[in-house]
Amino acid sequence: MQFTVKEKKGGSILRSSRHLLLYLVLLIYLFPFYLVVINAFKDRRSIILNPLGIGGAVKLTNFVEAFTKMNYWQGFWNSLVITALSVLIIAFFSSMTAYYFLRYKGKLNKILFFMMVASMLIPFQSIMIPLVRIYGSTLKLLDNKWILIYMYLGFGSSLSVFVYHGFMKSISVELEEAALVDGCTQIQTFFKIVFPLLRPTTITLVVLNVLWIWNDFLLPSLVLISKANRTLPLSTFYFHGTYTSDYGLLMAGLLLTILPVIAFFILMQKHVISGMMQGAIK
Amino acid sequence: MITEKGFCAKLKTFLIFAGPTTFVFLSVVIIPFLFGIYLSLTNWDGIASAYRFIGLQNYLTVFRDQLFWKSFFLTLKYVFSTVVLVNVIAFVLAYLLTRGVKGENFLRAGFFVPNLIGGIVLGLIWHFVFSRVLVFIGKSLNLSLFSYSWLANPQKALWALVIVSVWQYSGYMMLIHIAGLVNIPKELFEAAIIDGASAGQRIRRIILPLMVPSFVVTLFLTLQRSFMVYDVNLALTDGGPFRSTELISMHVYKKAFLAQEYGIGQAQAFFLFIIVAAITLAQVYFTKKWEVEM
Repeated sequence: MQFTVKEKKGGSILRSSRHLLLYLVLLIYLFPFYLVVINAFKDRRSIILNPLGIGGAVKLTNFVEAFTKMNYWQGFWNSLVITALSVLIIAFFSSMTAYYFLRYKGKLNKILFFMMVASMLIPFQSIMIPLVRIYGSTLKLLDNKWILIYMYLGFGSSLSVFVYHGFMKSISVELEEAALVDGCTQIQTFFKIVFPLLRPTTITLVVLNVLWIWNDFLLPSLVLISKANRTLPLSTFYFHGTYTSDYGLLMAGLLLTILPVIAFFILMQKHVISGMMQGAIK
Repeated sequence: MITEKGFCAKLKTFLIFAGPTTFVFLSVVIIPFLFGIYLSLTNWDGIASAYRFIGLQNYLTVFRDQLFWKSFFLTLKYVFSTVVLVNVIAFVLAYLLTRGVKGENFLRAGFFVPNLIGGIVLGLIWHFVFSRVLVFIGKSLNLSLFSYSWLANPQKALWALVIVSVWQYSGYMMLIHIAGLVNIPKELFEAAIIDGASAGQRIRRIILPLMVPSFVVTLFLTLQRSFMVYDVNLALTDGGPFRSTELISMHVYKKAFLAQEYGIGQAQAFFLFIIVAAITLAQVYFTKKWEVEM
């Protein structure tokens, strides 16, 4: 018994120093966000005088100005449409494909599945030049939301098919066979029986894909050209390029860009955290 | 397995279930990838519709290009520092956060926050931090380390980039390590404590060997992401000062889309693919070997 007591005594000092360390590190991690929030309310002069403190002239017009100058609604709406549709389409088609690859084990299916898994090793940079060439100068399909969504399906399907495939292995075939015997078509069987069972995986993939597509910059910067099509990261970036030294305005713009993701995180916190954990293990 | 009869029926099911994904995947990933290999063997400049096959000449140009190698070694330095720091910090955080700390979930969520936000925004935030806030702190407290912006200094700008990336990814990798740590059976620790194993011994003999699968994943993800980093690089330093932070992705981008040397840019991009694929496959292969059977 002496032994456990000793463990505990040493433990309590250790534990409080562990707490202190963790919260200190957390403060450092969140410090940049604190800076964005406080400086978003200041004018340029008080930021230059002191970017750390809360004092100084309050300038709420920063937000109004940033909102109009970066065309916030347009960017927000474009990001929302592109992210939501891409994520739904990826989940829809990838789950069907993964199901098919698992239940019908032809040679072609094996080759396709292998190609999808292997393609995850290809850096986007090795594809972007020919991609722009094919969809730009040859097919003239660029500067279009829909083609971007199409590309997200192409780039996103491999990981999603792979993850669905891994999860579906644990689902038994008997239920499906019973449904088929009862006269369901394969499509009905899939959507009525299999797809609902995939819910946890679907949530994981939705989280991963939302964070990826909402924040993506390089692909949309190549595909979307006109101002009206810009997503939020694009309009933030160009806004920043135009008003480089008006710090209060810039911080207000950054804060506006961050808010939707933080809202998503707060609403879906459990799903996001477990989704990120699960997504990696599979 | 479900069996099918006629060829037509088979084709129909294939088209319904796998058709769209296969078509889109081939047209967006595989065809551009293969076409890219071909493009790297031509002298296409992006504008002229006529270009010809010039064999491996672009690759020779790339291998003789000092700026390319500079960018390549810079990237290796960046990748190495980022991967090591991210994984060490992520593991330590995960270890501390699985020992029953008050507010565990809050802390986990807090460390994860940077990873929610895109590289562009993170880069712009830190641009402000490095060029304004830290300089202000340095000047007020007379700290020579911060009295000039790191982003204006060719020796320090790369480290600024490393710091931002470590901050960005350590929370995510921490979550993966937590998932691994939680899965280690408690009995093992109890047995080890009864046998008198110290905390250090427990980490070395029990935790680290059993955490190899998590490290396989985190090393893979950090390697891949840091080799391909572009957003943060663009928003934080834009390659400057004096190309001291122009990492390989940005180098390829500039070569192709700004200098209009598409063939050479594509040769560099393909070279990047070979390196990334070789390193990540080797990493997965070797770290998998360390895995222990439970």
